[in-house]
Formats: sequence, structure tokens, C-alpha cells
Amino acid sequence: MSTNSFPLRSRLRTVTDHAVTGLTILATVVVVTPLVAIFAYLVYKGASSLNLAFFTQIPKPVGVAGGGMANAIVGSAILLAIASAIGVPIGIGGGVFLAEFGRGTKLANAVRFTADVLNGVPSIVMGLAIYALIVIPQKHFSALSGGVALGIMMIPTVCRTTEEMLMMVPHAVREAALGLGVPNWRSVLSITVKTASPGIITGCMLAFARVAGETAPLLFTALGNDFWSSSLNQPIAALPLQIYVYALSPYDDWHRLAWAGSLVLIVLIVLAVSLVRYVTSRGVLKGAS
Amino acid sequence: MSANLPEIRARQIPVQKLKPPAAQKSAPSMPPTPEPSPVRRFLLARGNSALADRGFHWLMVLCALSIFGIVALILWQLILRSQLSWHAFGFRFFYQSFTDPDSGRKMYWDPVNSQFSAVPFIYGTLLSSFLALLLAVPLAIGVAVFLTEMCPRALRGSLAFLTELLAAIPSVIYGFWGFFVLVPLLREHVNPLLVQWLGWTGLFNNDNPTGLGFLAAGVILAIMILPIISSLTREVMTAVPHSQREAVLALGATRWEMIRMGVLRNARIGIVGAIILGLGRALGETMAVTMVIGNTPEIHRSLLSNGSSMAAVIATQFTEAVGDMHLSALIELGLALFIVTIIVNAFAQLLVWAVTRGAPVQTH
Repeated sequence: MSTNSFPLRSRLRTVTDHAVTGLTILATVVVVTPLVAIFAYLVYKGASSLNLAFFTQIPKPVGVAGGGMANAIVGSAILLAIASAIGVPIGIGGGVFLAEFGRGTKLANAVRFTADVLNGVPSIVMGLAIYALIVIPQKHFSALSGGVALGIMMIPTVCRTTEEMLMMVPHAVREAALGLGVPNWRSVLSITVKTASPGIITGCMLAFARVAGETAPLLFTALGNDFWSSSLNQPIAALPLQIYVYALSPYDDWHRLAWAGSLVLIVLIVLAVSLVRYVTSRGVLKGAS
Repeated sequence: MSANLPEIRARQIPVQKLKPPAAQKSAPSMPPTPEPSPVRRFLLARGNSALADRGFHWLMVLCALSIFGIVALILWQLILRSQLSWHAFGFRFFYQSFTDPDSGRKMYWDPVNSQFSAVPFIYGTLLSSFLALLLAVPLAIGVAVFLTEMCPRALRGSLAFLTELLAAIPSVIYGFWGFFVLVPLLREHVNPLLVQWLGWTGLFNNDNPTGLGFLAAGVILAIMILPIISSLTREVMTAVPHSQREAVLALGATRWEMIRMGVLRNARIGIVGAIILGLGRALGETMAVTMVIGNTPEIHRSLLSNGSSMAAVIATQFTEAVGDMHLSALIELGLALFIVTIIVNAFAQLLVWAVTRGAPVQTH
């Protein structure tokens, strides 16, 4: 029985193989195209309207050219500060529990599972819950409620990245610390968490960048504001909210401001994502995330 | 990898029992002992840290438990605030319709007369998510196959990075871009062709000149969920052991046959999980959908018609709701969305875990 009578590599099979290769390459191109298109369009539209006034002035009334989003940038910064104050410590704490204390226990598995599920809960639902919890009793929209909504959204992300980063720390490091008689809490804080800290910090930045672009939970918590406001008890402007309102407005001036705002947001996010990749591609944390 | 190593339990290490030998005190006549080493001095000076250790442990447990707390809090608040609408409509909220007293037409959402039904929003959410899956799934799997099995190593990292970036773009920017670039594109070039070629199916009627609608929402959603599906698919495909691929190749398979029989077949449960996870994201997506779906509480068979989705109606009507019943109905929609996404996500997570559990740590 020679191979010639059984053509193992028939023409059809080879053609199919090549066709599929072509299709997957096509799919990749189709997927990368919108990304490139979005970026190119943002840079094209945003760069032309990005100037100093954008960062220093508050919006001008309709019909008056110029103006900026300074109040929205400051508002976003305040909201994100509140969010980080809530999300980062609790998230890191949860991650430390998962990686250091609860490995393999039922509780840890349940927490991990719930965190992953919570990560997929629509952000608008978070906004609704915080509206019911804080805005209804207070009877007015406030910066505080917006910050809390964003903070709660940060917790699961920070928690899971912290856990992943801590898992990358070699056991020998922990054993060395404990072998010297260092108490466990000190070993966790000064040895394990410190070793993983570049990863944890960038993980927090990633969560930060994600909630920086969140609009839905702010719609009925922070509400938005056309003027300066730094009170936590007042409605406050936020960059993504302002982009949403201006994008749907009929005025070209406002569209330009919205494009510039989008560009600023995107640059922030690209920086965060690149940083995470840079950190996880070297040192002890190689391969994490 | 870590599970094989022994547990470290600091409290069992008997360092606290290290005390200075009693001999030192009872025999002053002996020659002076040499200065203890720094490590020993540290151990001698240190108090009992069991309390601090236990406190720290419980603090971390508390942080971890807060995640359950958040879920419970959301559920409790949403149930509490949707009581009004629940008592008024009960389960009928999810399937009823009304007749408009003025025009005699069928209506679903009438804030003025306090009549509410979720039907058009459920329809819009399901239809746009289904369209998104239809467009995104083949592309996402294609990308995942290309990246894990065919792509040259040099290109892999940057392509994976690009798809990751796609996942990080805020939803409001997708909506903005969709509104100004995608919708005009669909309106001018794609929709006329669809009407011309597929108009006979009844799914594409040329009665909406705006270009907004279910199709635009579906396309934007597809772009948004692509990176999630493709990165998870990549993860489960990487988790398939190399021996499977080698075995199929050794039998004389071509590369595609190897991928089909060796990889996709083994990873199929995880891939279904990834798709369902993408569905979960699509169901709850708010801003981008709100900006391109048109926001009318109507049911149309044509994909080119305006519609609305559960998240979109909450986003657009909540701040200007008329009366408590309207607010309560919107919160009930939110509650339904929450429960559905929790179930969908939990199911998907279990499927993905079933495949990746015990797999080696993924490296890029």
C-alpha cells in the first residue's frame, strides 16, 4: 500500500487550510480597523480643538466661541479621588485576603467568583443603587454619591488584579521573611505586597482609568454642572458626562469641545494600559495579568 | 502552581518561645556573654504579635466580604425602591401592553397616564445584543485562532495589546464615534444596500431616515464586546495542552484540522462561556446604545427602525421622570437587568473556569 493511492494531503484539505488562514487574517484586520478608525478620528477631531483654553476655562454659553472643560476636569479629579479612597484600600485588602489568607478555601473561591460576576454588572445599575442609597435620603444630587458609585465599581477590578500580582510573588520570599521571625502581617505588607507593588499600582491605575471613562453611574448621582463646584454636597461636572451632553447637543462648538475631551480621556487610558503591559513584562511580575 | 506548595502558617512557627536562656541571669559569675546578633536582638525585643496578626487577618477578610456586601446592598436598594411599580403591575410588567385612550393604538410606556410595561425595552435589549453576538462571535474566534495558533510571535504582542485597548475605550466615546461616523456610514452606504438586497425578508424597511436604530446599536455593541470574547477565547485556547495539538498533527492533520479537532473541540465549553460573558456585557451596555438606538419605546420588526433598550431608557428618562411610579418602574427595569446580568455572568464564569482551571499561568 503506497501513499500514492491514499493521498493524505488532498487538494481540498490544503485549500481549506489556506482559506481558513486567510479568513482569520481577514477577521483580525476587520477587528483592528475600527480601533484604528476611532483613534485616527479622535486625534484628527480632538487635536484641532485642544488648546490651553480647554484646560483653563469653563464652558461658554451657546453661541460664544471658545471656552473649555476646566470644571469638568477638576470635577472628574475630585470624583476619582473619592472613588480611589474607597476602591483602592478595600480592593487591595480583598486581593490580599484571596492571595495570602484564603488560598484554596471555599470562602476565597466564593469571593473570587462574586468579584468576577460583579465586574460584569452594568454600571448603570450601580448608579441606580447609589441613587437609591445616597441621593434619595439626601434629596439632592452630589459629588459624594458619584464618587461612591465609581469607588464601588473599582473594588472588584482592584481586588482581582492585586490577587493576580500577589500570586506571582515567589513563595521563597514569604518563607524567608517568616523564617526570620517577622510577624505575618508585617511580612505581607512589607515583603509580599511591596514586591508586587509595581503590579498592584498599575492595576489600580487600570481600574482608575476604567472608571474615569464611566458615564452611566454619574448620570443620576453627580448629575453634571456647568460652573465651578468643589463642594462634595453639590452636583459636580465630570469629563465623560460633559462629553455625553455636548455630543448630543446640536452646536458645533460643543462638539469640538467633546472631541477634545474624548482625546484627553483616551490618552489617559492608553497611558494606563501601556504602563500595565510594561510593568507586567518584566521582573518578578512577568506574565501576570 | 502554588497549590502544590505547603501552606505557610506563621503563627505555628514557634519564634515566640525563643527566650533568653535562664542561665544568663542565675550565673552572674560566668564570663560576659557576647553581644547578641541583630537578628536575635530583634527577636528578643519583639512582643507577642498574635493579636496584630489576627487583627490584620480579619481586616482582610472584612475587605473580601465587602464584595458580598455590595451585591446585597444593590439588590436590597433596588427591591426596596421598585416596590411601588411591583405592587401596581406585578409580573404583568414584563409582558403587558395598553391601548392609548386617545388614539386607540397599542402602547407600552406611558408616563403621563402612569402605565408602564417593559416589553419594548426587553425586545430592544435582546435584539441589539443578539445582533452584536451574530457579528462579533465569528470575528472574535477568528482573531483568537489567528493570535494563538498562526500569528508570528513578533506580531502577537502588539495585536493583543491593540484588542486590549479596544476594551478600554470608554463607552461614551464609542457612542460619540458611532453617532458621528458609524451612523452616517450606515445611513448613506449600508442601509440602502440592505434594503435593496434583503428588503424581502421584512427585516430591513427603509422607513427611518436617521440611520439610528437596532442595527447601529448592534454594530457598536459588536465592536465593544469583540475584545472581551476574543481575549477570553484566547485564554481558553492557550489552556488546551500542547500534547493535544501534537497528537492531531502526528496523525497527519493540516493546521486547520489540528485547530478544529485539537483546540476548538477541547476549548468549546470555555468559548461558549466567553460568548455568554460577551452577551452579559452587551445586555447592560448603556451609553453607546443610548446614543445610537433612537430611544423610542416601540417594537418594530425592521432592524433599521428606532427602538430602545432597558439600560438606555433608564439613562434617558431617570433624571426627568414624572412622578414616583415612573421612577419606580425604571428602577424595576434596573433590578431586572441586574438579576439577568448576574445570572448570565455567573453561568459564563463557571463555563470558563471549567476549562481554564488548573491550566498553566498564561503568558503573553
